[in-house]
Amino acid sequence: MVDPWTIEAHRLFKKHGVKTVGYVPDAGLTDLINSCEADNDIRSVVTTTEEEGIGLSAGAWLGGDKSAVLMQSSGVGNTVNAIASIISSCQFPLFMIVTMRGQYGESNPWQIPMGQAVEPVLKSLGVHVFEVETDEEATEAIEAGLKMAFVSNAAVAVLISQRLIGAKSFIADVAEEVHNVHE
Amino acid sequence: MSTNRLDRSEVMARLMSERGNALAIAGLGSPVWDLAASDHRPENFYNWGGMGCAISMGLGCALAQPSRKVWVITGDGEALMGVGSFATVANQAPNNLAIIVLDNEHYGETGLQKTHTASGANLAAMAAGAGIPTTLTVKTHEDLEVLIANLESGPLPLLAAVKIATTKPKLILPSRDGVYIKNRFRQAVIGPTQAMHID
Repeated sequence: MVDPWTIEAHRLFKKHGVKTVGYVPDAGLTDLINSCEADNDIRSVVTTTEEEGIGLSAGAWLGGDKSAVLMQSSGVGNTVNAIASIISSCQFPLFMIVTMRGQYGESNPWQIPMGQAVEPVLKSLGVHVFEVETDEEATEAIEAGLKMAFVSNAAVAVLISQRLIGAKSFIADVAEEVHNVHE
Repeated sequence: MSTNRLDRSEVMARLMSERGNALAIAGLGSPVWDLAASDHRPENFYNWGGMGCAISMGLGCALAQPSRKVWVITGDGEALMGVGSFATVANQAPNNLAIIVLDNEHYGETGLQKTHTASGANLAAMAAGAGIPTTLTVKTHEDLEVLIANLESGPLPLLAAVKIATTKPKLILPSRDGVYIKNRFRQAVIGPTQAMHID
């Protein structure tokens, strides 16, 4: 089943005229990335690092296009100087969707520090942060964020909670080999 | 070492004489002063910060304005910081984007420390390896004319590393007001009405 919030996100991208979508993939973004890639009216751009997505978004705006940037929570750490130096200094609009790791139910401890840092880091940069836990909240926040970004030249991040997308589970293919690693 | 190198202001003057109506995005540092000194106009975006983002910004602009050429003019240190964007540009293959790196092999704004290109990192080879179809290293005036011909008639995208001397450019400073620089550029490119009235 396609995640319902991603259907709404794609619909709202179209409604608000988003033409460019930059992303670094995340499991929680799969359905949204697929729908954007399949849409001939949206230019989907996979980037090597999330920082590129910020430059891409600013450049698209210079050329008259609205864009959205999609990433996993750990990628927020890669965007900091680009947001501070370019987006804030020039009051570029910025609309980000961040799928969260490192919170509710996380089973990879390496994800937790950056996951917990996402909200305070973004807020310290002046980004408006809306965290959502249901499909309905996601739809409302994406619409509000798109308006706020492109009408008020604001930087907005919608954080999709692990309560909505679920926590990734790690099930080893060969339990015995995993056991051997411990020895 | 740099005695036979091209002079950055001569390179810029020659490039700008063939610019036509191309949009220009300058990476932070000396390329900003170079662009302001050689061809100041509203269709210039001057980055005073955001090191490593000039190429991705140029890509975003090129995709949004497919009928205009977009020239990114940046330095070797700035390009190295955003080197992953070589692969992203190659992936998208915009036929209107040119990346011109003024490569003096040094960080010019911080005390002339050597960059990686001083000890062998080859930006044109890196761009070719990333899949950018046209890549050039410009060392002579003849090479510069080959670059000019490529800028005029393609194929694009291209990346050119223009080897220049470490001489300091004339310090011509454009406005530092990012909001002004952004709005001025947008008004020039998409017109004042669309630039100011979003919906």
